Amino acid sequence: MKINLNNNPETIEGNSITVNHLLQLKNFTFKMLIIKINGTLVQKGAYETTAIHDGDEVSVLHLISGG
Amino acid sequence: MTFEEIKKILQHKIVGIAGAGGLGSNCAVALARVGTGTLIIADFDVVSENNLNRQYFFYDQIGKSKADALKENIQMINPSVTVIPHNICLTKENIPVLFRDCDVIVEALDRADQKEMLIETVLTEFPEKPLVIGLGMAGWGKNDTIHCRKVDNMFICGDEVSEIASDLPPIAPKVGIVANMQANVVLEILLKI
Repeated sequence: MKINLNNNPETIEGNSITVNHLLQLKNFTFKMLIIKINGTLVQKGAYETTAIHDGDEVSVLHLISGG
Repeated sequence: MTFEEIKKILQHKIVGIAGAGGLGSNCAVALARVGTGTLIIADFDVVSENNLNRQYFFYDQIGKSKADALKENIQMINPSVTVIPHNICLTKENIPVLFRDCDVIVEALDRADQKEMLIETVLTEFPEKPLVIGLGMAGWGKNDTIHCRKVDNMFICGDEVSEIASDLPPIAPKVGIVANMQANVVLEILLKI
C-alpha cells in the first residue's frame, strides 16, 4: 500500500499497518510524539490498535525541549 | 492594509499564550506592540536571573511571577492591550477552560512532555483552533534551518532539531527569531479575511 508520511510518499507491505508497527519500521524512537492520521490526532494509548490504510496521510511530529 | 486597519481587526482578537518564557514573553510583546486586543498568558514560574539572556523581563523583576511581570511590561508598551495573567501550571483539565475563547493558541512551553500534553489537549478539545508551536530554538547561528510549516491547523516554527542542552543553551537571538516567527504566523491567521 501507499501512504503519505510527513508529506513524503511511502510504500509499505500489506494492506494495513498499526501506528506502533510504522514507528518501529521507520525507527521513530522519540518518546514525545504527536501523530495524526488524515488530520485526526491518534491518542497515546491507541498506537497499538490504530491501523493505517492505503492512501492515508500520516504526520509524525517529534517534540523536543526548549521554549 | 494600513496599520490603522490592522489595529482595528486585532483589537477584537484574543490570543492564548501557553508559557511566558523565552518564546511566550517575546511573542506576547510582539503581539502587544501591534495591538492584539486580549492576551491570555499562563505560566507557573517566577523570573530568575538566568532567564534574562532571552526572556522579556528586567533585572528588578527577579522573583516575580512571569505572567504578572509580563503583564506589567506589556502595559508599559501598549496600555490598550488587555492582559489576563494566570499564575498556574497548565494541565489537561485547565487548558480547555483557560483558552476556550481564544482565536489562536501559541504553544510556548519548555519541556517536550509539556508540549506534548498541550498539543494533545488542544487537538482533542479544539481541533479547529489554530495552534502555533515552537520547536527547536536552542543554540545560535544556522538561520537558514529555521522554518515554519503547517500541518492541518497546527503551525510549527523552529528548526525542529536543536534541543536544549548544557552545551546548547537557548539564548536571545534564536529564541527571539522563533518567538517572533510565531507572532508573525498569529498575525497571518488573524488578518486573513
